Amino acid sequence: MSPARLFLLQRASAAVLAVAVLVHLVTILVAVRGGLTAGEILGRTAGNLGWLAFYVLFVVAASIHAPIGLRAILREWAGWRGWSCDVAMALFAALLLLLGLRAAWAVFAA
Amino acid sequence: MTDMLSVAVHRGTGGVRFDRFEVPRRPAQTVLDVVTWIQREADPTLAYRFACRVGMCGSCAMTVNGRPRWTCRTRVETVAPDGRLTLEPLRNMPVVKDLVVDMAPFFAKWVRAKGVFTPRADLGADFAVVPPASPARAAADAAVECIGCGVCYAACDVVAWEPDYLGPAALNRAWTLVNDVRDGGQDARLAAVAGDAGCRACHSHGSCTRHCPKALSPTASIAGLKRAVLRAALHGGA
Repeated sequence: MSPARLFLLQRASAAVLAVAVLVHLVTILVAVRGGLTAGEILGRTAGNLGWLAFYVLFVVAASIHAPIGLRAILREWAGWRGWSCDVAMALFAALLLLLGLRAAWAVFAA
Repeated sequence: MTDMLSVAVHRGTGGVRFDRFEVPRRPAQTVLDVVTWIQREADPTLAYRFACRVGMCGSCAMTVNGRPRWTCRTRVETVAPDGRLTLEPLRNMPVVKDLVVDMAPFFAKWVRAKGVFTPRADLGADFAVVPPASPARAAADAAVECIGCGVCYAACDVVAWEPDYLGPAALNRAWTLVNDVRDGGQDARLAAVAGDAGCRACHSHGSCTRHCPKALSPTASIAGLKRAVLRAALHGGA
């Protein structure tokens, strides 16, 4: 993938994350304010397709955004470049996607 | 104001040896005047570079008391009120000797950034009319007065961290050409500046803009290139 495409993907995923992180944090703050337990929270998210869609979008955006940024940091600070770095970042993206989707599914199917 | 300046000057290539000179202080004295005095009156083996002495040629830039500056237009009183000067070569470029750096890698990056005007094939024989008030001309105007002194390049931390990075001067030049409606080499230029060592590597620290003696803003030019690269990527280019 061209560097310009990576740049575009990182900017676009950042735009999604800016909203998603805000919703995520505000939801946590509001949810625990009244003293809800984890079990009660899961009771409300289970079977809710809206939350599943939201967290799937969140996870996909994070899986795109983080490896591209990490790649830039590794280039600049560790001097790791070339195909080996790109392969490692692709694997990191896959790992984030896998773990994230598993968590999103767990919240839905609890 | 003391009568004499105490000037430490980098010697050789290693960044280790500094010679100290006592230089008579004069009204309206520039840092370049100081270096010239040392070379003519104290140590003729001192190597430094200058040409125009009036802020046009961009050849006399050095590190003065830790900051990159054009020495011909830098008054001693503004940078050394206590009468102490430390002069070093510009950062981020190989040192040839004393205060002289090899600017070849710096200008090679202008070429890599496609900083060369490439006329459009369909321009015709007549002069191309570029309205001065058009947005593209105004954007080019804001960046076009670069004298290639290398001060921004020496001030840039990203260049120090990533030697491949094209740097603020080359990217600023590319931005003037991106806004040149007569230029036909835009696809190749955007592809060149879109790379990992291109505009994307800029951290927007603003050191280039802070130090540019011509008061240009390479930071703004690089931001413009980022927008242009994103637009091109959206349309399937770059």
